Amino acid sequence: MVNNMSIPEKFRQIINDPTLSPMQKSQYLALEADASLPYPEITESVKAAIEDNILCDMFEGNAPFKPRYVLPDYAKFLQQGSEYLELPPAKDFDEALNHLTILYHHVPSVTNIPVYLGQLDDVLLPYAEGLDAETIYRKLRLFWILLDRTLPDAFMHVNIGPTDNVICRTILRVDAELKQVAPNLTFMYDPEITPDDLLRQASHNICECSKPHIANYPVHAHAYDNSGFGIVSCYNSLPLAGGANTLVRMNLKEVARKASSSEDFFHATLPNYCQTMYELIEARSAYLHEQSGFFNGFLVQEGLIDESRFAPMFGIYGMAEAVNILLEKDGRDEKYGQQPAANKLGHRISKALSDIVTSTPVKYGYHGRALLHAQGGISLDEDVTPGVRIPYGTEPDPVSHIQALAQHHQYYTSGISDILTIDETVKSNPEAMYQLCKGALAIGFREFTANVHSNDLVRVTGYMVKLSDIAKFKEQGSRTNTTGLGAEAAANTGILNRKPRVVSHEQAPRYCDSQ
Amino acid sequence: MSKRRATATVSKILNFSCVDGPGNRLVIFLQGCNYQCKNCHNPHTIGICNHCGDCVAPCPSNALSMSEGHIRWNAELCTHCDRCLAVCPNQSNPKTQTMNVDDILQLVRKHQLFLSGITVSGGEATLQLPFIVELFNAIKADPSLRHLTCMVDTNGSLSQTGWEKLLPVLDGAMVDLKAWQEETHRWLTGRSHHRVMQTIDWLGKHDKLEEVRLLHIPAITDFEQEIDALAHYLSALPARTTIRLNAFQHHGVTGPALEWPPCSASQINAFAKQLTQRGLRVLYREPVT
Repeated sequence: MVNNMSIPEKFRQIINDPTLSPMQKSQYLALEADASLPYPEITESVKAAIEDNILCDMFEGNAPFKPRYVLPDYAKFLQQGSEYLELPPAKDFDEALNHLTILYHHVPSVTNIPVYLGQLDDVLLPYAEGLDAETIYRKLRLFWILLDRTLPDAFMHVNIGPTDNVICRTILRVDAELKQVAPNLTFMYDPEITPDDLLRQASHNICECSKPHIANYPVHAHAYDNSGFGIVSCYNSLPLAGGANTLVRMNLKEVARKASSSEDFFHATLPNYCQTMYELIEARSAYLHEQSGFFNGFLVQEGLIDESRFAPMFGIYGMAEAVNILLEKDGRDEKYGQQPAANKLGHRISKALSDIVTSTPVKYGYHGRALLHAQGGISLDEDVTPGVRIPYGTEPDPVSHIQALAQHHQYYTSGISDILTIDETVKSNPEAMYQLCKGALAIGFREFTANVHSNDLVRVTGYMVKLSDIAKFKEQGSRTNTTGLGAEAAANTGILNRKPRVVSHEQAPRYCDSQ
Repeated sequence: MSKRRATATVSKILNFSCVDGPGNRLVIFLQGCNYQCKNCHNPHTIGICNHCGDCVAPCPSNALSMSEGHIRWNAELCTHCDRCLAVCPNQSNPKTQTMNVDDILQLVRKHQLFLSGITVSGGEATLQLPFIVELFNAIKADPSLRHLTCMVDTNGSLSQTGWEKLLPVLDGAMVDLKAWQEETHRWLTGRSHHRVMQTIDWLGKHDKLEEVRLLHIPAITDFEQEIDALAHYLSALPARTTIRLNAFQHHGVTGPALEWPPCSASQINAFAKQLTQRGLRVLYREPVT
């Protein structure tokens, strides 16, 4: 958003905004302060690509002083306690919940609050011994309410599964009952481990509250080492005890417009812009790792995170438009999501991107590499479709939709999301959701996500908003930080018009007063 | 070589449906119906094309043509504007395909990881019974497909001998009960409802009655006047049978039925309440306004 106000004027506008809470004002002021610093040093070609709307730094700020996403090893923390926080090892369930609540307030991210709360069933199970199911339910229910009210941001994300256990089952029960915006929830599914009946409970939950998001556990686990991984924020899969130092994204639509044909795209335009993108990635992560001092903090000293497990995310979006533009330049009239030839060209682009990302070294990466990511779009994207999704309003039936996109999923190590919107009739037949989910995972979907039309709680990219909150936002503001993003996405990207379907959007919560 | 011979006139196939039986279903809509319901919401599935050619000229994308006395439909060119349906004097659909069992099996295999089962619907599917019997037999004979449930969506007019042929391979049927009194049924559909009652009874006895559906058209259908008798009848149905209430809407409807007011949320709620008060469990959805 271009804004011609002077810095003091901007400060004043934020401070006097009657719809913001004092905490929200402080956060927006901090973002403006960061934005007033000079940008990290970048070459003219990078600057030009940013100005041409080809590359985007996701509004992470000019002086990155915290990683975009941090995934602490919470199990280790509970076992060893923390010297810095003056906490002994946790002895029982109450202590475990209390310890976690404390640590969450010290885990930063691009949103200033944690985007990852842990693989909570694994983390809590050792402390649940001897407790009956009803006691666990009461404690987790209170904990869920506490999370929603104190960490008010729908990027905050809990993981559960793939094993069947009382914590996992209870969290699903509580989540469907409370239907809260936060925390976001991913259920891991492994056909070897997860009983059908547990996947049923999870997919029936989707019909209730559009949550959880379901991850293909074996596919993700295979992409990382034995130290594990987590799903955070909006479908970002990242190494556990590590995270993403930065996320830069490329607009494939604009790259395709610069190409003269699909062959020119593959041989010149795409590789050239990838190189430019790497310059931006290196500049941004160098500041964080070398100047900000972030990696001297207690999270590193106490072994809860490890600098070598952080990687830049190489994000892309606008695949649909890129394919359509390239086919038009090649003199063909197939459309992305509709005809097999168009879908195939999309798969070829994903593979080309994956080949580049897995072979290009970066200074601060996971095993020296960035991780490819199908980026879910932000609220300011107009006329360009998130990630590799099919454009709004042109989606085929859900089964054909999944079949058109499944081939992409193998390439996007750090996450990909195709949000299906399912007609509300599924509510009286949730078994259909279960079948759809199971089929999608069986043909290689890395992650399965669905919104159910007519639910108040819906997904915008990966985070949740309540439609009723958006309706009130203009007049009253919102206790939840992400409502503003949802309202903006609704105004700009037509998410609410989705032919039972989606929107997209993931970014730092910045001040978005409506001019 | 396949020994399968039966073919069907198919008006439409859906890969994903959650309203035509339990779970996600591949639904095969067969062309042709023996009822003439005044409220039909798919009137173009009633007739069988007689290749009169009236639909060719109005087609804006030249997807329809006439050759050797037969209508040809080019699916690639079709924009599904449905102008052909509007002009057809025969309540038919020129966009049908003749398919054999192997064609359907190929589709089922392509989508089977997503499916709980298949449903044949219509039109009135059982008018093409030999095809259904062969299709269901083929699915039950294939070890990789036999877990899929095979269901029929029907007006209940098939004779008992017909149902007997289907029995060994049928997992369930969804039957419409269009009115309670014989006279009302005749007036609404053009046919007696004795067969329908017999079908419901017979399917129930053989544990194949998946669902009974009542379409509520306030002031037209007679369910509310006959609520006690209706509730008594429904109470005797097997426990597995879902009783589903549908609220009449104008979608697809033609002719005088367009003059009937659609069933409102409060009307369907009131109907459901009357049945619930008489001890029944019913499923229904309020109309989307």
